[in-house]
Amino acid sequence: MSSTALPQRGGSPATNFLHRERTIAGFGFSRWMVPPAALCVHLCIGQAYAFSVFNLPMTRLIGISQSAPDDWKLTDLGWIFSIAIFFLGVSAAVLGRWVEEGGPRRAMFTAALCWAGGFLLSALGVYVHNIWLVYLGYGVLGGCGLGIGYISPVSTLIKWFPDRPGMATGMAIMGFGGGAFIASPLSVWLMRQFSTETHVGVAETFIVLGIVYFCFMMVGAALVRLPPPGWAPEGYVAPVQPKKLITTRNVFVYQALKTPQFWLIWWVLCLNVTAGIGVLGQASAMSQEMFPGKVSVTAAAGFVGLMSLFNMGGRFFWASVSDYLGRKNTYFVFFVLGFILYAAVPYTGSVGNVGLFVLCFCIIISMYGGGFATVPAYLRDMFGTRYVGAIHGMLLTAWSMAGIFGPVLVNYIRQYNVDHGVARAAAYNVTMYVMAVLLIVGFLCNLLIQAVDERHHMQQDEADALGTAD
Amino acid sequence: MAAQTGNNTTTLQLVLAWGLVSIPLAWGVIQTLFNALKLFQ
Repeated sequence: MSSTALPQRGGSPATNFLHRERTIAGFGFSRWMVPPAALCVHLCIGQAYAFSVFNLPMTRLIGISQSAPDDWKLTDLGWIFSIAIFFLGVSAAVLGRWVEEGGPRRAMFTAALCWAGGFLLSALGVYVHNIWLVYLGYGVLGGCGLGIGYISPVSTLIKWFPDRPGMATGMAIMGFGGGAFIASPLSVWLMRQFSTETHVGVAETFIVLGIVYFCFMMVGAALVRLPPPGWAPEGYVAPVQPKKLITTRNVFVYQALKTPQFWLIWWVLCLNVTAGIGVLGQASAMSQEMFPGKVSVTAAAGFVGLMSLFNMGGRFFWASVSDYLGRKNTYFVFFVLGFILYAAVPYTGSVGNVGLFVLCFCIIISMYGGGFATVPAYLRDMFGTRYVGAIHGMLLTAWSMAGIFGPVLVNYIRQYNVDHGVARAAAYNVTMYVMAVLLIVGFLCNLLIQAVDERHHMQQDEADALGTAD
Repeated sequence: MAAQTGNNTTTLQLVLAWGLVSIPLAWGVIQTLFNALKLFQ
């Protein structure tokens, strides 16, 4: 654990706890305090992946033991998560610059308010049995909390770890993957505590989660610090000869949208996520249908759990590896290895090798998570550190898009095959080949990525005018 | 809380901060791992 040497600075003229100036670190502050601050936020908002634990209880809020005619349907409840993910993308894209310029503490505080407020409003919605309040609460307000909370610590970590940006962002984004591991058993336990013969306990669980998450995220907001301008880790020497694909300059957030590099990375992320997210949602059904009689419902649930662990671990592993391999090469690994593994999945089904099937998907899902975690460092390499958070926010629209494409592809191709007489065990084969082709397209997009043209870089006077030189 | 003004981060602060996030995460991972083991039973 390295302590970091910082220049001594005088008394701060700060007037506000949330102000960017108040988050500038003082002498002797260890940069290793920043990853836990980021994790405080990401572990909380990662709850989104576990929201499905509320689905069944929310279908019997009136009937209690079973659904009553006036109870909400699963199809109604499915929209809550979709709205939240949609607003994650929208808020990250729209508020990215605000997050970047206001500093991480203000953003984390806002994310905490939105996230906790979303839970409290949803609790009210459940209490008065009004689904629109839940859509507005968890979906819209909570979704904004997700978007702001997701991007706020990323650029801060990149600034603190110029020597290992992939590892640093991988740690935070790993937390987003891991948040569901905590939220899922915790939510089930809380509902059990609050449930009675006349009550399922969802509203109370929402209230407790909202309060706990707010406190936890505020700890992160209090801990987070920005490095002072010009700071570098002890012993770190910036490369004298800039690497071809790592800029030392900055690109303004809206200028980045005018570069082919942004859109190529957008497609790289979108295709990598599309390939993973579709099978992630269908993993349980797929494993049972491809191996009838060999994989039980319980074993399939275990398979889903195992994939979640690889999803989380892959975020840290691949992002850390990208510091050594380079971002472009890491994505080449995702696309080449992913292509081979997707193409191999039908073979594992045809020979009935469950172990090989599980191994293929665990590696595939680790690369799905790795794609999320590596992309902020890729953006930093291309566009510099100053607006990386805002640019990352805009890139997350690729996630929203993939969230629609992936499941639709998997579900519709499978259904088409089943409707046309293909055996259920082989119904996913075409899907796997389609995913493999998508990865070839992703490979080509990645291949086309070159350094950003000089004319897109901010000039020194622009940077000074915006107070953004760093 | 004011911005830091020259205080060194102590080992205790680091341990507490990392413990705050890693203990619940480890608990969640263990719970999930137990569920995942059902695949091999």
